[in-house]
Amino acid sequence: MTAIAERPTTTPRRSVFRRPTAETGPWSWITTVDHKKIGILYFVTAFFFFLVGGVEALLIRLQLAQPGGTLLTADQYNQIFTMHGLTMIFFAVMPLGAAFFNYLLPLMIGARDVAFPRLNAFSYWVFLAAGIFLYSGILLGGLPDGGWFNYAPLNLIGPNPTLGVDPSAGSPIPEHVQRMVLYSIGLQIAGIASLASSVNFIVTVFNMRAPGMTLMRMPIFVWSIFVTSFLMLFAMPVIGVALWQLLFDVRYGTSFFNPASGGDPVLWQHMFWLFGHPEVYILILPAFGMVSEVLPVFSRKPLFGYSAMVFSMIAIAFLGWGVWAHHMFAAGLGPVANSAFGLSTMFIAVPTGVKIFNWLGTMWGGRIRITTPLLFAAGLVGMFTIGGLSGVTHSIVPHDWQQTDTYYVVAHFHYVLFGGSIFGIFSATYFYFPKVTGRMLDEKLGKLHFALMIIGFNVTFFPMHILGLWGMPRRIYTYADGMGWNFWNLVETIGAFIIAAAILVFMVNVTRSLRHGAVAGNDPWDARTVEWLTTSPPPPYNFEEVPHVSARDEAWHRKYVSDGSQAPRRVPAGASPDHGTPDDASPGEAAVPAAEAPAHGPAHDGASAIHMPSPSYYPAIAALGLPIAGWGVVAGGAVQVALLVLGGTIIISGLFGWVLEPSAEDH
Amino acid sequence: MATTDMSAPLPGTDDAHATTLGLANDKMAMWTFIGSECLFFGALISTYLIYFGRTNEGPAPAGIFDIPFTSASTFILLMSSLGMVLALAAIQAGDMRRFRTWTMATALMGATFLAGQFYEFSVFAAEGFNLTTSPFSSSFFVLTGFHGLHVALGILMLLSMWAASMMGRLPQQLHTTVENIGLYWHFVDIVWIIIFTVVYLIPAAITIAPPTG
Amino acid sequence: MARTEYDKEHAHPGVGQYVEIGVILAAMTLLEVILYESFDRGLMTAVGIPALIVLTILKFMLVVLWFMHLRFDHKLFRRLFFAGVALAVVVFGIVGANFYLGPQTGF
Repeated sequence: MTAIAERPTTTPRRSVFRRPTAETGPWSWITTVDHKKIGILYFVTAFFFFLVGGVEALLIRLQLAQPGGTLLTADQYNQIFTMHGLTMIFFAVMPLGAAFFNYLLPLMIGARDVAFPRLNAFSYWVFLAAGIFLYSGILLGGLPDGGWFNYAPLNLIGPNPTLGVDPSAGSPIPEHVQRMVLYSIGLQIAGIASLASSVNFIVTVFNMRAPGMTLMRMPIFVWSIFVTSFLMLFAMPVIGVALWQLLFDVRYGTSFFNPASGGDPVLWQHMFWLFGHPEVYILILPAFGMVSEVLPVFSRKPLFGYSAMVFSMIAIAFLGWGVWAHHMFAAGLGPVANSAFGLSTMFIAVPTGVKIFNWLGTMWGGRIRITTPLLFAAGLVGMFTIGGLSGVTHSIVPHDWQQTDTYYVVAHFHYVLFGGSIFGIFSATYFYFPKVTGRMLDEKLGKLHFALMIIGFNVTFFPMHILGLWGMPRRIYTYADGMGWNFWNLVETIGAFIIAAAILVFMVNVTRSLRHGAVAGNDPWDARTVEWLTTSPPPPYNFEEVPHVSARDEAWHRKYVSDGSQAPRRVPAGASPDHGTPDDASPGEAAVPAAEAPAHGPAHDGASAIHMPSPSYYPAIAALGLPIAGWGVVAGGAVQVALLVLGGTIIISGLFGWVLEPSAEDH
Repeated sequence: MATTDMSAPLPGTDDAHATTLGLANDKMAMWTFIGSECLFFGALISTYLIYFGRTNEGPAPAGIFDIPFTSASTFILLMSSLGMVLALAAIQAGDMRRFRTWTMATALMGATFLAGQFYEFSVFAAEGFNLTTSPFSSSFFVLTGFHGLHVALGILMLLSMWAASMMGRLPQQLHTTVENIGLYWHFVDIVWIIIFTVVYLIPAAITIAPPTG
Repeated sequence: MARTEYDKEHAHPGVGQYVEIGVILAAMTLLEVILYESFDRGLMTAVGIPALIVLTILKFMLVVLWFMHLRFDHKLFRRLFFAGVALAVVVFGIVGANFYLGPQTGF
């Protein structure tokens, strides 16, 4: 429905509100449809959630630093570890990825914006609404407390069945049910945001590329966006159904997952992990794409095995749909299912291994510049490899039975999601900060950040392997003295505070560099892809003249000539004979001769003639209705009906206003 | 994935929003969204298929479904798809009156289907078959309920389109908008084609008591 | 948006053809109901159910290929749609198989 709104049209249109025109100040951010501003909004919001999730992690570690910890009660601990997982996955790592998707995708493919700018703004506001909705539990009787996977029937009866059933509590809805409603509707809303972005990005990649930008000439990060979007597209509806079923179970008495009335808790596990495993790749593939951009630049070599990198990413996405039951080996699926999913889990390590070797191949023999982005990228290669290897150990079913629900698993997924995703995101942050702000981040502080982070990370998470193998279970709020776990738990807590110090250093660096950082210029890193051809920060229309792409590393080919027999030679801008020849095209790919390709925008009319989409109130308005309707379901009774109607009315009127206004006003 | 066809030169058009593949963005978005919806209904239908035998002493499919009634409403929804393509053909031919007639007819057939579903649900409830009876009932109502919600959204879009055309704000150039809403409508219809056999006929046939004598 | 070059080359089916398909769809639905009403249980499971499934697939394809014009449209749309269909069939097929064949039978 939203998609039909984006057509430019010449029919006269009326609108309830006057079109917003602010270009600075808060209204310009609320009404923006510029992918770059939306990317910045995503980054700032997601980084805030990253800090919230980090504080939750510190609370977890303080509670577990010593046996018999008393900082948190069992109930508080359950809420905090659940919210740590949910926050980091849905409100930090995914949107941090989305921040870079938004900012970079049009720049990297030489477009002026994404295919549906208002849908893009809608995604952001819906994501923010989901975060606010989920955390509103602080005021509404508690946060979700069943773990991020929220297994049935625990999600139906709650960790403490006596909690909140006291009718004197005042609410007609038991506290536990409220928490599960927050979980299911909160993630449902976040899923809408992801689904909308995935449709938007897929269409953008297919349809908005600059002349000559064939699929196999796209920067590898664009490929990671593309593949990730397909994973989101197909995975989000599955968790959506599971969340609806959970909502109906806890709130309206259906029996999908309740064994007491004939339902099957294993169905929840299937549904959850059918989404959950692709989700793992949704979290890691963007980081893979980021380091694949960073490593070639600082190794001063093209990416080793570009096609293999692309196809291994596609293979990971395919196989990622065939491994979900390895999260369920302990559920008793039967030997055939266990063996099949064990095998497919081993297979998926192959394309992942291809990527790791290709990164090594990229660095091998390169003239490496040791910069902060490179350090974080190399950190990903090392740390992710450890996490990947401990992951493959779980494909051995009996071994998995031994590790299930122990800290070994916690160690594994932090090595892939922190050592992988977060390192990749920081690498890209240092790399693209100059493009976004026009100023460099401080290298000394950056290296200090990296050193503290890699030390703190390993001190925190490596001992978890040991504790897990010694039998320490996950999700326990405390443990007894004399289990032999005291020492390493204390070490882990110290490590967590080293990570916190590293993040503080990063924040100091950003704050200082925004004002006092060295001015970057268009291309501070001597980079290879077209986003570095425009100014830093880029103008609202990205490129005054849409680049005509004739090579994979288009920006590099415009700067250097190389005949392969000697080191590349730098040439004045535009003078490279490499530029304009399809030297990098794969067989079967027809390069578009620059002369025949029609211009994407006004070629020489200057920036003033470029027609950009106008800002709009409606994406934010439509998004506002979702949590309002959700709070109705939390509240119950007459309030439920009132808020559902109010929320529904806001959504529908927002969408109508959206459809009825043109995407761009005529000047 | 073949890359050759996607690197074809841009079609020669003076439209500033010309696309890489020469395909309309919104139509591609609609197909992408429909691809995603396959997984949504796939999850709901498979839940039903896992649960239709779990009846908790309540009615089984053969005992509760009224196949002649459902056949009639299935037929109406199927014919609404025909109405939709006729509306599209009309606007493509520039016949706005015929377009409005078929759009309204499609919306009315959709509304009749919804009314039938409402009636069916209330009869079931009166017979003691409701959301909480059994996993069978839960999965049946949630699946058909979500389908009904999709139909309702489709009707809303059709009526908006009809109203926009009445006010003269749906010029013939916007026929791809009609096509996109049509795609959505047909998708909702093919989901029902599956539901009719997989949710109604086959489970009812399987759970009929074997003939005696 | 103006009609793109692509649309012009790939005309949609005409009104007559739409009506023909509508009649075929109606007839197939009638056949489904007759099948359901006329088979006793033994024949129903052996012949009737496969026949119903085949009829469903035919109806599904008729609507998708003609009413949604996938037969005449860009192959990208076909791929996007059938990727969703195929993925749903495969993964939920595995989930269903696991429930019906289950640990009892060693699957």
